[in-house]
Amino acid sequence: MNNLELQKHANDVRKGIVTSVHSAKAGHPGGSLSAADVFTYLYFEEMNIDPKNPDKEDRDRFVLSKGHTAPGLYAALANRGFFPVEDLKTLRKLGSYLQGHPSIHIPGVDMSSGSLGQGISAAVGMALGAKMSGKDFRVYTLLGDGEIQEGQVWEAAMLAGHRKLDNLCVIVDNNNLQIDGPIDQVCSPYPIDKKFEAFNFHVVNADAHDFDALRAAFKEARDTKGMPTCLVLHSVKGKGVSFMENNVGWHGKAPNDEEYAEAMAELDKIEAELEKAGEA
Amino acid sequence: MTDIKKIATRESYGNALKELGEEFPDLVVLDADLAAATKTGTFRKAYPDRHIDCGIAECNMMGVAAGLSLVGKIPFVSSFAMFAAGRAFEQVRNSIGYPHLNVKIGATHAGITVGEDGASHQCNEDIALMRTIPGMVVMCPADDVEAKAAVRAALEHEGPVYIRFGRAAVPVINDRPDYKFEIGKGAVLREGSDVTVVATGICVDSALGAAELLAAEGVSAEVINICTIKPLDEDIIVNSAKKTGKVVTVEEHSVIGGLGSAVCDCLCAKLPTPVKKLGMQDVFGESGSASALVQKYGLDAEGVYKSVREFLK
Repeated sequence: MNNLELQKHANDVRKGIVTSVHSAKAGHPGGSLSAADVFTYLYFEEMNIDPKNPDKEDRDRFVLSKGHTAPGLYAALANRGFFPVEDLKTLRKLGSYLQGHPSIHIPGVDMSSGSLGQGISAAVGMALGAKMSGKDFRVYTLLGDGEIQEGQVWEAAMLAGHRKLDNLCVIVDNNNLQIDGPIDQVCSPYPIDKKFEAFNFHVVNADAHDFDALRAAFKEARDTKGMPTCLVLHSVKGKGVSFMENNVGWHGKAPNDEEYAEAMAELDKIEAELEKAGEA
Repeated sequence: MTDIKKIATRESYGNALKELGEEFPDLVVLDADLAAATKTGTFRKAYPDRHIDCGIAECNMMGVAAGLSLVGKIPFVSSFAMFAAGRAFEQVRNSIGYPHLNVKIGATHAGITVGEDGASHQCNEDIALMRTIPGMVVMCPADDVEAKAAVRAALEHEGPVYIRFGRAAVPVINDRPDYKFEIGKGAVLREGSDVTVVATGICVDSALGAAELLAAEGVSAEVINICTIKPLDEDIIVNSAKKTGKVVTVEEHSVIGGLGSAVCDCLCAKLPTPVKKLGMQDVFGESGSASALVQKYGLDAEGVYKSVREFLK
């Protein structure tokens, strides 16, 4: 898939995020938007998955360790065809299968998550199980840069490095903001790359919003043998909606009707530009 | 008394895993640097490629087990009860219980019979913690026979299971040809009409001993062994309580949230009956030999006998 197509899908994912969180009147748009491009790349390009057969045995697995960004995952899954895009509007509502945080019962969701630091452990278990059974699927997990303050992340990283799980790709969405402020002011996890290197990971730093960079980074991860890979993706929290960008206030807040209209107008404009670029 | 065979249920656990390894090729065992103590070293020796030592990191170990179960393995996670149910509670709840994964937790060194290590390692809260998790099966075997049967039943059961094992050697009381084990089924080990004594784990033997002492005084005690605390065999308890009208529960666990509470939950709803809960009375344990501790906290046959007699006054 070329970059323009990926950009169009990413824009649809962003619209899904804004729409679902607005409809829910709650949720986490900031970290969903910062990861929208990587969600798109994973589900439209990188992973071996089949929306018609979400449980197929040899599929690649994905665990959203930063589970609060479920709107981003759901929007990617819906746009990829795992369930109707229209259902995104039921996010967080009583009776909806689209729970506030990822639930394993949702088509395409490989593991329930949301309590930070736990998803990576499940991903390590999946990768280890694949190795033990001689299966060659890959396992991806996405963590927040605030999330890696959880000690369990490093317990999991230690085991992954020790077991040389080269079928595991740990992705850190480094948008530099957590609820209480910039991560380096709250409790700095920097240098993130050096830390994962010290836990015997191959580490790649890349721009989270550049599909060429993502393509190269994921290829490097696949080509790396004998150790797991960590992609530190430098991102902008709230990316794509100007008033949400780099604003920690949008970590876990829904846009009101006015803000929703403004955000959608911005995304519609981007869509029109992408369409135009496609025609050119 | 003649020589009674004694074996610690943690030994039974390790032996059962090794014995079942061939029949269940997807069975894998995880440890957190305690394989020698949890006795899963027996399995490791037989199946080194199917044993994963996660290092001293129980929280991660629970998540790794969750992941393994999602790619077709049947993981048995081993640690001391304090760390399996205590330290990693939230991981068990969110990474295993909530997605209802096929993970088995083998928790050894439960209760005060950990002994000399003292209160920091004596977990008297694990049954309470585990039974609050929806869909979790909670078992506490009384002896070698029951422990091995429980491990097999856990493997055959689809879903999360917590099994509690002890450190100290305990008498084998279920070694009989007609012994049958089923998750959720209790067993009347001795029939009686004056009082029902419901016990779990190592306290089943104490309850039987107490019943002997009571019989000598003309008190007829019915003894029920409850291995599966969740789901509880409510019928066996209600039927016995109907007959005796008085119930005593005995467990090597806090009286808050364990077997006693489960029995009270059941009787409150179905047949309000006076209940006396024996166990750790909202206190921490301490260092000492297992037998000295069991005696001090009134959980040996003599202690149970005295408490029952007091209750019947």
